Amino acid sequence: ADFWSQEFSGILPPGLCFATNACYRTAVQSGYQVAESIVPGDIEGKQHAPEKSSLVILVGTPGCNELPSLESGENYTLTINDDHCFLLSETVWGALRGLETFSQLVWRSPEGAFFINKTEIEDFPRFPHRGLLLDTSRHYLPLTSILDTLGSYDPATHIYTAQDVKEVIEYARLRGIRVLAEFDTPGHTLSWGPGVPGLLTPCYSGSHPTGTFGPVNPILNTTYEFMSAFFLEVSSVFPDFYLHLGGDEVDFTCWKSNPDIQAFMKKQGFGNDFKQLESFYIQTLLSIVSAYDKGYVVWQEVFDNKVKVRPDTIIQVWREETPVHYTKEMELITRAGFRALLSAPWYLNHITYGPDWSEIYMVEPLDFKGSPQQKALVIGGEACMWGEYVDSTNLAPRLWPRAGAVAERLWSSELVTSVDFAFKRLTRFRCELLR
Amino acid sequence: MEHRGLGLPALLALLAPCCCAAPGPTLWPMPLSVKTSPRLLVLSRENFSIYHDPSSTAGPSCSLLQEAFRRYYDYIFDFNKSQLGPAKRNSAVELKQLLVSVVLEPECDLYPSITSDESYTLAVEGPVAFLKANRVWGVLRGLETFSQLIYQDSYGTFTVNESNIIDSPRFPHRGILIDTARHFLPIKTILKTLDAMAFNKFNVLHWHIVDDQSFPYQSVAFPELSNKGSYSLSHVYTPNDVRTVIEYARLRGIRVIPEFDSPGHTQSWGKGQKNLLTPCYNGPKQSGTFGPINPILNSTYCFLSQFFKEVSTVFPDQFVHLGGDEVEFTCWESNPEVIAFMKKKGFGRDFQRLQSFYIQKLLGIVSTVNKGAIVWQEVFDDHAKLNPGTVVQVWKNEMYPVTQAAVTAAGFPVILSAPWYLDWISYGQDWRNYYKVDPLDFDGSQEQKKLVIGGEACLWGEYVDATNLTPRLWPRASAVGERLWSQQNIKDLEDAYDRLTIHRCRMARRGIAAEPLFTGYCNF
Repeated sequence: ADFWSQEFSGILPPGLCFATNACYRTAVQSGYQVAESIVPGDIEGKQHAPEKSSLVILVGTPGCNELPSLESGENYTLTINDDHCFLLSETVWGALRGLETFSQLVWRSPEGAFFINKTEIEDFPRFPHRGLLLDTSRHYLPLTSILDTLGSYDPATHIYTAQDVKEVIEYARLRGIRVLAEFDTPGHTLSWGPGVPGLLTPCYSGSHPTGTFGPVNPILNTTYEFMSAFFLEVSSVFPDFYLHLGGDEVDFTCWKSNPDIQAFMKKQGFGNDFKQLESFYIQTLLSIVSAYDKGYVVWQEVFDNKVKVRPDTIIQVWREETPVHYTKEMELITRAGFRALLSAPWYLNHITYGPDWSEIYMVEPLDFKGSPQQKALVIGGEACMWGEYVDSTNLAPRLWPRAGAVAERLWSSELVTSVDFAFKRLTRFRCELLR
Repeated sequence: MEHRGLGLPALLALLAPCCCAAPGPTLWPMPLSVKTSPRLLVLSRENFSIYHDPSSTAGPSCSLLQEAFRRYYDYIFDFNKSQLGPAKRNSAVELKQLLVSVVLEPECDLYPSITSDESYTLAVEGPVAFLKANRVWGVLRGLETFSQLIYQDSYGTFTVNESNIIDSPRFPHRGILIDTARHFLPIKTILKTLDAMAFNKFNVLHWHIVDDQSFPYQSVAFPELSNKGSYSLSHVYTPNDVRTVIEYARLRGIRVIPEFDSPGHTQSWGKGQKNLLTPCYNGPKQSGTFGPINPILNSTYCFLSQFFKEVSTVFPDQFVHLGGDEVEFTCWESNPEVIAFMKKKGFGRDFQRLQSFYIQKLLGIVSTVNKGAIVWQEVFDDHAKLNPGTVVQVWKNEMYPVTQAAVTAAGFPVILSAPWYLDWISYGQDWRNYYKVDPLDFDGSQEQKKLVIGGEACLWGEYVDATNLTPRLWPRASAVGERLWSQQNIKDLEDAYDRLTIHRCRMARRGIAAEPLFTGYCNF
């Protein structure tokens, strides 16, 4: 394999990078000059500790200008000893992960000098999808909040412009983070109505429209014309292969009340089963989106209501007890051959008094009945921070360090379960985050 | 995304135009009497000013008022926003002045107290509005209300409705408890909290300054207490820091009542003061651990005398909080000298009597330095003999109205905190529970109910530091603020929600990171 290596010494060397400079700017922020200690904590030894002047990063495949994907490898090895100080990875994404780990290994003596212990690390994530859900609809989050969460907006309009979106996507990319956009339909769409007249279903009381609206109207051609045009745009604005199409919590009351829909249901032979109408909508939407060469993630209702979806659909499990306990849901989804994302026990917007991070930490995503093939279909999970009670005034303290518990559960081996050990590291890590 | 068992009404509420300049007052807390007329007045930065009425007993020499005038001028005109050119004239009458008149001796250079008069009247009409109060404390409350009356219309014009307001608080003790022992709170955080308190007409900062975990109070007489007991030398409140907090509070009509909790909650005291805490025993041998303050040694009371003498000079308020809660008896039980002392005193095995013995001596020390005492309810529950006027703070949630009844029946004033432990967070709009509390909802006579002097919202620090204090306190504490200031019949939750969402945005605009009540946005 072709290797290219970069000397990394905390000063950006000119001309050495044949990927974008941005790739290295990120790297520079997390590095330090290091000195190697001969024996950990050996005070006399410190006087004569050999100095390391550079961490050499070797990446197997160039990919500096690419976007991370679900399939991206994030493996790396870190070797720090008398002779070597290098970070080895097949991909740039692994190098980013390795740099974060490297930065966590460096410590300071009471005198202020920087040290690193002899170290051998081989690391790779347990799950490839380790996500954080941010809700910018219940409360607008200024770009700084979003970017700070990831590692020039207009406060008056509470809008994310195309430029804003680009900024978020690039900022994320430089940190090896995918941006998965969710445009939830047919429910949760009241705000779409004012800007697209005729999109939402008019609700009726008897034979008269009440003036209020329900979910997206699934019986009109105009609906699908709109969705086609809208998702064509969304597909190009958001470069990740996957789009999240929502599909949760569709309230059937308004559909039920609408006479045109009642007629449509009769014509289609759906009887009184509105789940079939919901399926009809979702399937049409899914074929629109597939035509744009995108994969999709949907909430579990789409699966629970037996919508016909493509086999490579990812189902996100969010409901704790209904229709079944979430572990059972994971079993059902993987048994049907779909990939699953776990969120149900990780609703970080659910706050309570005391250190709830340990319950979050002790969740085992594969703790359900299933074959090894089934378990392999669990691609990871997402900590969710729904925005009903959250905006930029309280997002950060509500997210961190509790989301850290989810992060370790999704990255580290299933054998890493000691809460005491986690507590020690997490309290330190929290102070690092503040720094 | 929650199962929106809220249904259609809530969805409709979501669609309603959100919290912009609503017609009518969006005041918080709601004053005693508000009369608004639809007649509008306009005001502009260049043409409006706040002056002392010539007949006022206070004038420009009153720095408390001078500071307040400047502060509220900035709050009204949003000092952040740049002003472009002269105001747009329209046909509305212009409000050119707010004249402030203090009627009685202003008390400008004094500290606020439990008997301070915070009443005021506000007559807003063009071209001159009048704010009248008996003392400067009423002026401060009135200025806050005045600043809340003013809003910007959709053209950005500063507008106010002609109004007539008469106001005074229902309870004289309206406090916030902060805990700087479980986590150190930087001075900046404390000052920000005082600002927010002023926006909500709170008038007491209960500073739970030391506890088991750390001793950040730097004592001049006993410097080792903080040298050895603080988290680190940078986690310390110097005498200057304390002075800063006290003066900043005073300028906002807020009393600072320190709590030096004993005999329990004192682990950190033992680091810098040898032989203060009771050594625990494992059978015949000392175990190496320590318990509460040792109540049997003369040296203990010698120390406490000197210590509280200093505290009484550092903190000017009439009252000092002595704590007295959650005393663990196990260590005392294990110590043979304590057992011997108990025998000698005829206490038998009743450690409550030893606790009371300690507290009574401490109360004596405190009265010698001419301070009143506030204690947690255990001191009363465990039958200590209290001097009349000792205030009992009710904090245990189980059947707290029963405790209120018992304490007031015995003739002692009560501060209610039990239903207002804001550190107990949960998912959703818990402010509504705080708002629904009625502090006088217990079995008792009129005289008993008069003994309820107010309440305190407590923000214990186990899970709180500067990273999350402000959003955790506000606007939830605001619900407590209105309950303690406004009249009993102000309890409509819908109206409260509408006003509180706007008040929350106002606090955010003024630099307080108050968290949202529910979905929506702030119009700035």
